[in-house]
This record gives sequence, structure tokens and C-alpha cells, in this order.
Amino acid sequence: MTEMVYGTAPVSHGEPILPRWWRTIDKWSMSCILLLFGIGLLLGLAASPPLAARNGLDPFHYVQRQMFFGGTAMIVMVFASMMRPSLVRRLAVLGFVVTFVALALLPILGTDFGKGAVRWYSLGFASIQPSEFLKPGFVVLAAWLMASSADAAGPPGKSLSFALTLVIVGFLAMQPDFGQSLLVLFGWGVMYFVAGAPITLLVCIAGLVVVGGFVAYSGSEHFARRIDGFLSPDVDPTTQLGYATNAIREGGFLGVGVGEGQVKWSLPDAHTDFIIAVAAEEYGLIMVLVIIALYATIVVRSLMRLMRERDPFIRLAGTGLACMFGTQAMINMGVAVRLLPAKGMTLPFVSYGGSSLVAGGIAVGMLLAFTRTRPQGEMSDIFRGRGRG
Amino acid sequence: MIRTPLRPLARILRARQSGENPDSIEQENVRVRAEAAAARTRAQSERRLFVMGVAFFCAFSVIGARMGLLAASEAAEPQARSTANAILAGRADIVDRHGRVLATNLQTHSLYAQPQNMVDPEGVVDELLKIFPDLERERLIKDFTGKRKFLWIKKKLSPEQMQAVHDIGDPGLLFGPREMRLYPNGKLAAHILGGASFGREGVHAAEVIGVAGVEKAFDADLRDPARNGAPLELSLDLTVQSTMREILYGGMTIMNAKGAAAVMMDVHTGELIGMVSLPDFDPNDRPRPLTEGDQSDSPIFNRAVQGVYELGSTFKIFTVAQALELGLLNPETSINTKSPMAWGRFKIRDFSNYGPELSVTDVIVKSSNVGTARIAQQIGGKRQREFLGELGFLEPTSVEMIEAPTGRPLLPPKWSEISTMTISYGHGLSSSPLHLAVGYASLLNGGTRVTPTLLKQTGPQNGPRIVSERTSAQAREMLRAVVTRGTASFGDVEGYAVGGKTGTADKPKPRGGYYKDKVISTFASVFPAHDPKYVLILTLDEPEERSGQKPRRTAGWTAVPVAAEMIRRTAPLMGLRPAVEPGAKAELVKAKH
Repeated sequence: MTEMVYGTAPVSHGEPILPRWWRTIDKWSMSCILLLFGIGLLLGLAASPPLAARNGLDPFHYVQRQMFFGGTAMIVMVFASMMRPSLVRRLAVLGFVVTFVALALLPILGTDFGKGAVRWYSLGFASIQPSEFLKPGFVVLAAWLMASSADAAGPPGKSLSFALTLVIVGFLAMQPDFGQSLLVLFGWGVMYFVAGAPITLLVCIAGLVVVGGFVAYSGSEHFARRIDGFLSPDVDPTTQLGYATNAIREGGFLGVGVGEGQVKWSLPDAHTDFIIAVAAEEYGLIMVLVIIALYATIVVRSLMRLMRERDPFIRLAGTGLACMFGTQAMINMGVAVRLLPAKGMTLPFVSYGGSSLVAGGIAVGMLLAFTRTRPQGEMSDIFRGRGRG
Repeated sequence: MIRTPLRPLARILRARQSGENPDSIEQENVRVRAEAAAARTRAQSERRLFVMGVAFFCAFSVIGARMGLLAASEAAEPQARSTANAILAGRADIVDRHGRVLATNLQTHSLYAQPQNMVDPEGVVDELLKIFPDLERERLIKDFTGKRKFLWIKKKLSPEQMQAVHDIGDPGLLFGPREMRLYPNGKLAAHILGGASFGREGVHAAEVIGVAGVEKAFDADLRDPARNGAPLELSLDLTVQSTMREILYGGMTIMNAKGAAAVMMDVHTGELIGMVSLPDFDPNDRPRPLTEGDQSDSPIFNRAVQGVYELGSTFKIFTVAQALELGLLNPETSINTKSPMAWGRFKIRDFSNYGPELSVTDVIVKSSNVGTARIAQQIGGKRQREFLGELGFLEPTSVEMIEAPTGRPLLPPKWSEISTMTISYGHGLSSSPLHLAVGYASLLNGGTRVTPTLLKQTGPQNGPRIVSERTSAQAREMLRAVVTRGTASFGDVEGYAVGGKTGTADKPKPRGGYYKDKVISTFASVFPAHDPKYVLILTLDEPEERSGQKPRRTAGWTAVPVAAEMIRRTAPLMGLRPAVEPGAKAELVKAKH
């Protein structure tokens, strides 16, 4: 009767999208990501005015841009996290094809902005760094290939993905961008490791990386200078590293105070590669530890959730995304504390940079999509090992 | 390994019998296998993911810990990377024998410019010219507006100048700290100290290096960080040095000399108590070497150490002492002094004719060239050369100054018999006043060789014996007689029993031969003669005493009165009490006057 009077209520098949998203999403990781983005804005307020002043712009010009790109990134992240894994895979592979072509065309159409490496497409109002967008797509494609190799009559996915990795590393090294190439190699290695790599092979690959690094060291002056700077026992205080180290020391435990920092005036990359130094100087060790804790939470939590994952593709893709994300953060901070040689790498979500932010949003959105709670055959887990079938 | 077939024969046969499709059995088996493999992989992945999680956690912890360590460490002032050999400032002071400062360091600043930071280069140049009138306007403007990124403007600034530059207020003008060498006594001991200048220069420090004198001779020593700032103690006595300079300067002026030198040496320790060379200079602003003319006329030329002169009759005592030592004669032996004495085509004459013969003592007292030449003939050239060699006249002195090796004596190319005769009275062999001081000290201190030194000594040198005590005493008696009744009668200083020998040598012309009206007049003295403590050598270059009708140039009229005044003033400073001479001989001499 009621239906006859008021019309039929729409029938929904299954659970509505938003409640299910909210129920299954990893809320902790998402909160951490939002917090990191907030911290990024806060530090941008401190770190970018000197750059804006140098370029003759409104003091908070870069903060506004960061907010715009960050907002975009957050929206992208949320949308990506709402997708089914199969949809994510489909879009990511399509995206990979596009970005791969873009990467391949960089030497012809790209620009180096006078920094000695051709990594960007200039669009006038903004620039795009294809390698940032390539990474999530690459991880998904490689994971797909590897997972399908386990299927009956599947393709030889591991070899194919490795070949793909080598091609991409080749393109990245041409730019040159050894940091990103290492990151891509590392991402593939992690996925291969989780997919069940023989231990002996892993050792061989580690050896190859060392040899490759040595070749790069002797072959590229750009690379050799940075390694030399790292290996010399004294840090020359007039280098970026020297300023960064000193800034961390100046900051101490509680920092010198908001806006009181000096390092941002001396470091050309204070708003990107060395944002952690700005954080350490103005807000002290506490802020740094909070940032580290946020990254660690995201990575470790994602990995723990992926441990329960039954689908090999999701497991591998999630692993690759989480590890790349964490490693990038680790490299950035490791450089600032001189645990690693100087390598231009942004701190995801905290550093300024449109490409990095939006690509990071995509990657993390995918990661969240992969780590969503879904039925994992818990019952069969319970019976596992009890001689079923 | 037991292989499980995908199509187990028993089941296939049974299925065939029951009419089922046997392929489904194979598919079922494939599925089961794949599931089992997936389960295995999953378990492995689970473990490996756990490992990764732990690894990431550890890595983040390490970074956090490292951040904590860095944050806990002290922030350092940004400094330039320390190179392997950093510029070490901190040169040790130089003090005299009583610890009075001769050379020390002063903190000051240098001024340099970074033209690219300059707001108003032309205005800066104008302001700078007001402070430093010696700068060149055109050149500065060129430097400041050109491509140079860095230039020194002034190496040392006074505080007033620094403040004035500071008040210009241009960001392109910068100060660098400097440690500069300061000689608070100005010209005193200028030749001994030498001077210092900057070696390697950086913005934040500069190396101070010695350029001459003891500063250079002890350069490494003074800069040695292991010294820990301990000063270098010289043998000089600042008050004696000051008095000697004052009197020598006055004497040089009165006697119209163009240069002068004086050496005061302790006869037992070889310590140089004072050493003056005039004209002198201010080591705070050391002049450059002359670019033309005779270097020996430059104020930086040390006449006492570097200048070698024919020191004339002062050498006679060596000849006589050697003859005494060899037992060829005694002080009373008569010597033929008939002047002139012909030797081949040479003629040796005395200042005036002293009669046919004189005793050995009177040869010295009256300064007879002929008598000395005859004694030298008895000694012979070989033995004379050996003896002078023992006294150090054939080698440069070994005093601790960088200039010492340049004071190399000029010897005759061939030590012929005529050379032997002229050298016996101080011609034909050129040596420095310091050589003469060493010779006198060694001969008169009792007969042991001393080495000259500028470093404070703790006790007497016990060098090799040159002559016997007796010969030494006889030589001193003769020298005393020269003062009491001979050519150096102006040299008597009451209470100090001065003994000495005058020497007036015609200056050699650069092209050979001797000037008639240019002499080097020298007085070599020892006091007190009966108990020798000090030797004083005083040399005047081209003196003329013009109070009489004819200009007088002999040492007795020029060098001796100056030396006497010097002894009168410095002997008390060195702690010598005036004393009555022992023996009635002095009384007798006094009665004669």
C-alpha cells in the first residue's frame, strides 16, 4: 500500500558505497595522510616565503598553490580509495601507458628548468613530472603481471615485469634521475620479494645494484659529486647538507619557534628536499618525530593489513605502493640526517610540489583502496593447515 | 620426489566406467593444486610482509634516533671546512734577557671588499679616500665596478680606521680578523728582530711569517704550536740596547759619519747584550730593499753582522798575541820599527815615525804598522791563517740571524807574504764588527773560543782554548796601556779599566786603491781589563772630527770618545761597579797625567 501511495523505494543491491567505504577503509592510515598534508601546509607557511620573496611573489603564493594541489590530491585520493581493486587496476594500467609514453618523450619535449636534468613538462601555469605519476601505475602493472604468473597457464609475469622495470630505469637514468630509478627498482624488488623470490636471486640483485651504483659513480659526475660529499667526514657547512644538519641542531628538542628559523633563507631547496630541516629547526625534534611516526604508521599498518590479504595482486600492488611511499620519505629524511647520500627526493605530502602531491594522492588512494577490509576467507584460515581437501 | 598425476588412472577408469567426463577430474586436481600453491605463497608472503614491516619500523626508528642525536648535539657556528694545514695564528713573543717584550702580537683587522655587494661603489671610494689618503681613486673605482668579486684594501687597520670604515656602512666592505706582529720599541734592535709579514692569507686569519733577523731564523720555532706561547728569550738587554743606540746615534752625528755599528758581547758566554747598526729602520714598517745603488747603504743593512770592512790596527793585537803564544817574543822584546819598511815594491809606513825600535808593548800602544809587519813575518802566513781561522775570521759568524751567512769575510786570493804583513795590521782582510767582537772576546776572556749568540745563556761557554791564560792577560795589559798612554787615551773611563785598540783603515775604492779621505774608524775594547766582562766594538763609517783646523779621522779622535761614553753609560746598566784598578801601576799612570 505504502509503495502504491509514495512510489517504490529504490532498491539497492548490496551495501551503499559511502557507508561501505567508511566501514572498510583504513581510517588510521587515512588520518595520518591528512595529518601529513596538514603539517605540509604548516611547514609551507614557514619554508616557502623566502622562495616567494626571491621570485617576487606574494609571500604565501606557494602555500596557496600547495593548498590547491593538496586539495586536488585529497579528492583524488578519496575517489581512488573508493574504487574496487579491479577498477583501480584497469585505470592504473591505462595511466601507466600514458605516463610511460610521456616519460619516453621527455628528452624531446621536456625541460630541465636549468637544473641539469630533463624531468619536467612545462605547461605554463604548472609543470608536470611524469616520473611521479608513472610510479603508482608501474607498481600496479608489475603487481598484476607477477600475480598472474601464479595463475594456471598465466604469462611469465615476473620476467616481463622485470624487463619493464629495466626499461623504465633506463629512461629515468637518461634524465638523469638516479633517485627515482632506484626507487622504481626498489619497488619492483619489494614486490618480487613478497611474491616469493628465491633468496639467492635477491642476493644477486643486491649485488647488481651495487655494481650499477659503482658504474654510475664512475660514469656520472653529477652522481659522483654527491657521493663524495657524503663520504667526506666533514660536512662543509656551506653546502645544503651542512645547513640542514646545522638547522636540526639549532632546533634542538623544542625548536627555535614558529617563523624564527634561519635555514630556509639559506637553502634553495628548503621547501622541497630539505623541508624536514625547516621542521626540525622551527618545531624541534618533537615535530620531526611526529612526522616520522606518521609515515611509519602508514607503512607498517598498510603492510600488516596486506598480510591478511588473500588476493595476490592486491597484496603485491599494496606492498609496492606502501613501500615506495615509505622509502621515499625515508630517503628524504635520511639525507637530512646524513644517513644517506644527498639525493633530491621529496617528502611525500609534506614537500611543496604539484606533481609530487597529486601523484602521491593517487598512489595513497590506491593503497587505501587495496588495504580496505574485505572478506578474506577467515574461516578457511582457521582450518588452514588442518588437512583440508 | 613422488609426482602426483593430474589424471590418476584409477579414478579415470572408474569415471569412464560410470560414464562421467574424466576431464573434470583433471580440472579438479589442477584447481586443488593451484589453491594449495596459493595458500603456500600466501603463508610465505605473510611472513615476508611481516619482515618488511619490521624492517621499515626499524629504519624509521633509526632515522628518528639519528634526528634525536643531532638535535641533542650542539649547533656549531658555520665555519669553512678545515683544511689539512689550517692557518695557525699565535706566534710566540720575543723578549729580552729580562723578559721585556721586543716583539708581540696584536689583534687587528684587515679590510677587504666584495664589490658585488656594494651599494654605491663611487661613494665608498670617496669615503675610503678620506680615511686612507694613500689609496688610488681611479684604481679603486675600476676594481669596485669591474668583475672582481674580492679584493684586499688594507692589511692592517687601526681601531679608529676600522670604526671610520664601519661608519661608511656599505655591505661590500668587510673586516677579517688579523694577528699582526708588533715591535713596541720601534727602531730598537730593528736589525736583530728583522720583521714579519703575512704569509698565506685567508679572510679569517693570516699566517705571520718572519722575513728577516731572528724572526726568520727562528720562524718555524716561533710558529710551533708546541711552544704553547713560551716567548723566545734573547740575550739582548733592552736598556743597554737603547743606550747604545742613543749614544751611537749621537756619536755618528757629531763625528759626521754616514753609518755606525756597535757590538756589546759578554766575553764568557758569547751573548750579544746589544748590537746596533745605524742607520736603522722601524721593523713595524720594514722598508723594501734598495732597487739601485749600494745595498750596504740601505737602512736594512746590518753593518754589525753583514758589513765586512778592513778593520785596521785592531788586528795588531792578534798578531802580537800569537807571537807571544808561540814564544817568539815577550812584551819587552825590541822590534825594528824603522819606517818606511820596504818589501819588494811595497812600502809599509807608520802614521808617524816612531824611531828605530820599540818594545812589543809599544808597538801596540803606538800602533806601529812596521813593527807588527815584522812580527807577522816571524810568524809566517800559514800559522797566521790558522790562528785567524781559530778565531773565526775565515768563516761567516754563526749568530742566529738569517743574515749571518751573508757576512762572509773577504780574504786575499792568495795568502802571500805581503798579505800576511798587511793582514797583521788589519788590511787585506775584511770582516764584520761581530767577527772582531768574537775575536777579542775569545782572545781576552782567558783564551777560550766563544761563539756569538743572540739567545740567553745560562753559563759561560767552555770553547776550545786559543791562547794561554798568560798570553790573554798580557794582551789585556797591552790594550789597557793603549788606553792609558796610547792612541786611545780618550777611551779611559774611570773605574772601568777600559782596554782597547784603535783601528783606522782607509776605505778601499770600488775600482781598487784606497781613498785618502775616507776611513773606517774602529775601537775594539774590553772592560774591565783586569777581569774582563764585556767586549765592545764600535765602528764609524767615514767619520770626520771637524773641531780642529784639519778634519781628524783617526779612531782615537772619532770612535774612541763615543765608545768611552757608551761604556760609561752602559757598564752600570749591566751591573758593573766602578772599581779602583789593582796595583800601583794605575796610580803611576795617573801621576803622569
